[in-house]
Amino acid sequence: MAENLDTERIPTVIASGVDIVYRVNGTGAGRGSATAALNRILRREKSERAAGVRKVHAVRNVSFTAYRGEAIGLIGTNGSGKSTLLKAVAGLLPVENGKIYTDGQPSLLGVNAALMNDLTGERNVYLGGLAMGMSREQIKERYEDIVDFSGINEKGDFITLPMRTYSSGMAARLRFSIAAAKDHDVLMIDEALATGDRSFQKRSEARIRELRKSAGTVFLVSHNNKSIRDTCDRVLWLERGELRMDGPTEDVLKEYEAFTGGSDKPAPKAAKASPQVAVA
Amino acid sequence: MSQVLDTPPPTTAAPADDPAALAARYGLAVSGARPTLPEYVRQLWARRHFITAFATAKLTSQYSQAKLGQVWQVMTPLLNAAVYYFIFGVLMNTKRHVPDFVPFLVTGVFIWTFTQSSIMTGTRAIAGNLGLVRALHFPRAALPVSFALQQLQQLLFSMAALIVILLSFGVPVSASWLLALPVLVLQFTFNAGVAMIVARMGAKTPDIAQLMPFLLRTWMYVSGVMWSLDNMLKGRDPLLKLALQCNPAAVYIDLMRYALIDSFHAKSLPPHVWALGVGWALVAGIGGFIYFWKAEETYGRG
Repeated sequence: MAENLDTERIPTVIASGVDIVYRVNGTGAGRGSATAALNRILRREKSERAAGVRKVHAVRNVSFTAYRGEAIGLIGTNGSGKSTLLKAVAGLLPVENGKIYTDGQPSLLGVNAALMNDLTGERNVYLGGLAMGMSREQIKERYEDIVDFSGINEKGDFITLPMRTYSSGMAARLRFSIAAAKDHDVLMIDEALATGDRSFQKRSEARIRELRKSAGTVFLVSHNNKSIRDTCDRVLWLERGELRMDGPTEDVLKEYEAFTGGSDKPAPKAAKASPQVAVA
Repeated sequence: MSQVLDTPPPTTAAPADDPAALAARYGLAVSGARPTLPEYVRQLWARRHFITAFATAKLTSQYSQAKLGQVWQVMTPLLNAAVYYFIFGVLMNTKRHVPDFVPFLVTGVFIWTFTQSSIMTGTRAIAGNLGLVRALHFPRAALPVSFALQQLQQLLFSMAALIVILLSFGVPVSASWLLALPVLVLQFTFNAGVAMIVARMGAKTPDIAQLMPFLLRTWMYVSGVMWSLDNMLKGRDPLLKLALQCNPAAVYIDLMRYALIDSFHAKSLPPHVWALGVGWALVAGIGGFIYFWKAEETYGRG
């Protein structure tokens, strides 16, 4: 971790010893059988494993401190716990152990879940905006910008059609435009940059940079090392839920590229290797 | 020396520092912690536009693929009432001794459906919207309340149909129709409260959703939806009759019948019926809200 310089650095997110565990019903021993279910009810506290509840330890003992003005990339192979960690920072997933302290309310960039395919694009703009906590006036003010940004109306009046009639690219563009319409203190972006065609990608990258300026701290999850290099000055590398490296973008990416490029594919998740935890 | 003067030694990087103390120094709060009750009420109020927009959106998207579209908002409750009329009115002849049986039955079915579907959708309010819960930040009580509101909007469509039925069966328009408004307000408060209770239970144990239809059907049959409890329980233990008549569903159904149908007299109502109606609404509304809030930070656990 970088040392304190003469300017005081204000922390915006502090994670200390964070563990996140998912519990999945009806798997493992005696999958879904009646006796397993009965077991589960009767002996819930005693042995979750015997009762067919499987625990997935998605994030293990992760600690870091993020400061105002930083843009932090999160990298790691699929299933390494990046998105889970972001959700926990946003307060959307409860942590098993440890604590996460945040400045204000961090928000994930994304409104997909709030939108309804059977409604028109126009109503979805309002619904999504309200779901993110904007007021009706704010949405009305930005409505034109959102629609223009999405480019939905470039090929005709599509905003008044139900969203289920949109192509997947159009729907993705509208979703991004709605999500990016709000200003955030701590902003977390989960691979949102990869939507739409080339021209839309360029526009959305520009919009992300704008958001970065107004946001205190930005987290970016991506598998695209180039976009991490372009936007982030610090990188957290998660592997199997553990924080493997934390440091300046170049240092971490070099190690990461050696890790992913070296062997064809890292060992499957269940296999027990012991990665060295090196917190720079 | 320097460490005495100002900052701790540079080797003490943030993680090694006590995170709680560091957080306290900069005024950071625990992420995802449960807000205080007044704060929670304030947050919920701030999201009132989202609650109404979400309810309306759910309602309109419900039938948007059907050819007849929104006509189904009125058709569905009417068809329901027709089925009950055929079975209970015609085949089982419960309409004996009940004046204005069709308005009596239809009012019962509509008012009961409001409570029933609020509870049914409430059970899945959190469990069925985990995507939303895990993606966005808002007081989770917005979901069950919004679903109850959606059912209220649905009921208003039904009430429009009900008025047509009342008029066509010769029930006179009267000032007592205005009593329907306070009844709806009380019933909505009750429904939203129960929806929050079952939403919390359903979030922890999704199996509740499988069990709920049976509970609700039992509740429907003991609440006199398609027959008059008064007639059915003639000569039975008066305490049993009183208990059934005082259950919240029966209270709201009978209050609505009393408000709308002139031949439904106050003598068919249990004693202190308005106090009961207000009491049930307050107990369920406030109790349900607090019960739901107590688990606010746990919703969304996978």
